[in-house]
Amino acid sequence: MPQEEDELIRKRQRDRARVMAILLGLFAILMFGITIAKMSVNQ
Amino acid sequence: MTSVPLTPATSAESLPADWRDLLALTKPRVMSLVVFTGLCGLLAAPGPVHWVLGFTAVLCIALGAGAAGALNQWYEADLDAKMKRTANRPLPAGRMTRQTALHFGVGLSVFSVVLMDLAANHLAAAILAISILFYVLVYTVWLKPRTAQNIVIGGAAGAFPPLIGWAAVTGDVTTLPILLFAIIFLWTPPHFWALSLFVRTDYANAGIPMLPVVAGIQNTRLQILLYTLPMIAATVAPWALGLTGWAYGIASIALSAIFLVLAIAVFANKATESKAMGPEKKLFAFSIVYLFALFAALVVDRWLI
Repeated sequence: MPQEEDELIRKRQRDRARVMAILLGLFAILMFGITIAKMSVNQ
Repeated sequence: MTSVPLTPATSAESLPADWRDLLALTKPRVMSLVVFTGLCGLLAAPGPVHWVLGFTAVLCIALGAGAAGALNQWYEADLDAKMKRTANRPLPAGRMTRQTALHFGVGLSVFSVVLMDLAANHLAAAILAISILFYVLVYTVWLKPRTAQNIVIGGAAGAFPPLIGWAAVTGDVTTLPILLFAIIFLWTPPHFWALSLFVRTDYANAGIPMLPVVAGIQNTRLQILLYTLPMIAATVAPWALGLTGWAYGIASIALSAIFLVLAIAVFANKATESKAMGPEKKLFAFSIVYLFALFAALVVDRWLI
């Protein structure tokens, strides 16, 4: 595999991993928020 | 969207899709109107909603719309490649495999419906699921390649968001959200036919039987005017039936009057060249403003008056 292509693949993998990490972090915060909201609505 | 050109050595098969191309699959510009009408449906509904749950419901509507857009692009990749307007999308441009788009679309669909069920209720989740399936199966797969009436029936897919927003708050569906559905349903044909008039050669080249391609330009102009009339009736109905206040009433009448004048200008235009289709371009641009302003007036009427 040419070095340029290898670098492009690694760059895309890194970018996607970063975006995925941010989205998973936001999802965890959202689930926490939903849980708190549901508890407060049901009280 | 990425601008990295793919050479034969670095094809979509060997490269992981760029996240910006995955985002482009969701048609973010189309999504803005869907999110806005969904938010307005949610805000117009009676009863309180926790802001986190309301935010999640609107997020789910956005994700569902994005998923439907991705599945639409997965199915129409070959057609998109034939049209100038869509040739640079990730799939026809060869920046992504169809399998990636399919997995992304299905995954996002399931995620949005499950999250809606968790944050709101079964009814809102069910309507969201129906709207995704309707857009993908009924509109994209069945109607669009087969009939010039594709937009008329397919318009229902884009009309669901206010219904979903309302159901997320109340857990039921009453007359007002059904009228909001009817407004978007009847607004879609004049909106899309105005566009299809000045990009009809694109549709003709792709073999999509849009009305101007099948029935002719003048007949499409007449249909735009004819569909404008029931759309105006549905727009004014919430006020006429006493479901909204005077603020919405004034806004709906004023906006509808402008829409009607522009639709008459389209009907009066005899041009066949896209360059001379000024009235059609004006109507298309105003139709977007029309829907935004109408739903904004609904929320203003509910909260501020």
